[in-house]
Amino acid sequence: MGVVLTAGELRKGLKIEIDGEPYLVVDFEFSKPGKGQALYRCRLKNMITGAQFDRTYRSGEKFGSPDVEEQEIQYLYGDGQNYHFMNTSNYEQIEMSAEAVGEASSFLTENLVVNVLLFQGRPIGLTLPNFVELKIVDSAPGIKGDTASGATKPATLDTGHVIQVPLFVEEGETVRIDTRTGQYVERVKG
Amino acid sequence: METDEREALYAKRRFLETRCRVLRLIRAFFESEGFLEVQTPLLTAAPAPEVNIRPIPADNGLFLSTSPELHMKRLLAAGFEKIFQITPAFRAGERGRLHHPEFTILEWYRSGANYKDLQQDCQNLVRFTCRASAPESGLHFRGVGLDFEGRWERSSVREAFGKFAGWDPGPNPDQDRFDLDMVQKVETNLGFPVPCILEDYPRSQAALARIKPEDPDVAERFELFWAGIELANGFSELTDAEEQRTRFQSAIARKKQMEAISYPLPGAFLASLQHLGPCAGIAFGVDRFVMLVSDAESIDDVVAFSPETA
Repeated sequence: MGVVLTAGELRKGLKIEIDGEPYLVVDFEFSKPGKGQALYRCRLKNMITGAQFDRTYRSGEKFGSPDVEEQEIQYLYGDGQNYHFMNTSNYEQIEMSAEAVGEASSFLTENLVVNVLLFQGRPIGLTLPNFVELKIVDSAPGIKGDTASGATKPATLDTGHVIQVPLFVEEGETVRIDTRTGQYVERVKG
Repeated sequence: METDEREALYAKRRFLETRCRVLRLIRAFFESEGFLEVQTPLLTAAPAPEVNIRPIPADNGLFLSTSPELHMKRLLAAGFEKIFQITPAFRAGERGRLHHPEFTILEWYRSGANYKDLQQDCQNLVRFTCRASAPESGLHFRGVGLDFEGRWERSSVREAFGKFAGWDPGPNPDQDRFDLDMVQKVETNLGFPVPCILEDYPRSQAALARIKPEDPDVAERFELFWAGIELANGFSELTDAEEQRTRFQSAIARKKQMEAISYPLPGAFLASLQHLGPCAGIAFGVDRFVMLVSDAESIDDVVAFSPETA
């Protein structure tokens, strides 16, 4: 489990290993009641499942430092079950299950460059660019000129994912999407 | 980088002005009460041996002072009756939104007094300082209005644990369970909107406090909380030299196991105890008080430099 970390080193953003799984400290508070002992209150996020929970550690408690690293990879293709990528620096191919790719699959298009998180060399999650551009392949005809009403309609992206877009957006157009919220941002000309 | 630092420092102006005002008001308060302001060493060979406080070693077997307590009591034993000081104190490994390894303590001592007298001092000091430094709109901390004029809350540790943690700590609670519940369940509920005095700690948590004659399960120790933040810790002082020596020896033994350092017994302090009559003393966190008065998010806001930028 690598380098040993002690409770005194805990801080926001630190990665620790508990029961063989990698966790990120997403919130941290040092407390010390009166004449009592130092306590390290953490909110931990499981880097594989995303599950969060609170735990308080005492001085002297120890953890492993998880073997995690981030690499840049390019999406090649999906074979129906798994997703195939190529590491952009060493050209090695990486295969990820649909479960590991998770919701990121909604916005994955061929040749998109993303970051992969590896735990002990095994891919456990993807981070997409904040904005991606995708083509609308199916949407009911909208109302031309209606740019102000705020009404939306469903539109299918070329990844198969459906999002809500304003009424004036038409089939065949390309739109910019914020991957952090999954929402339409604007039309892309060209 | 340099411009960033200058901007960050100047952005603290509001907090540093409040800090300056609060320090002046504290001094004015103790002057009006007839106290003598003293200074005691920041370097000492024999810091008070407390299990959960780690001194920072300096040169030549000396340590940076973790608290002025022992020197203040030596002055008291020499006949000074009312003394106070505002001083830096140093404790290793303490860093958080309410902790800096170097912070500012206000301590005051009264001979012939007990912990109830100090509670009254706290109320007078906080009201005096807040009246003269609070904004016209009143005090607010993290979105909650604070009230310093209303009747203060008071609770024994036993009552507070019964109410918020659901158990009775008795005279000798399990240390881990006591500390965890204090931090997670009890403290967070204390001092809204008026300050709260939490008193009569289990005797195993007595530190340098006297055992309460009417109830030997508890020590005459209290802490002051406001908006869930621990502001002060005071007690009727233990003046029994033999009992004090025993408590120190047991703390020194524990510290040797935990820190692999052999701390000396504070001999001069123990010797002074035979001349120390009944008295009471308190440590009050100046940085945290300024945080409350100025609605600061972190202790970093109320000092110009943080440990990482010092």
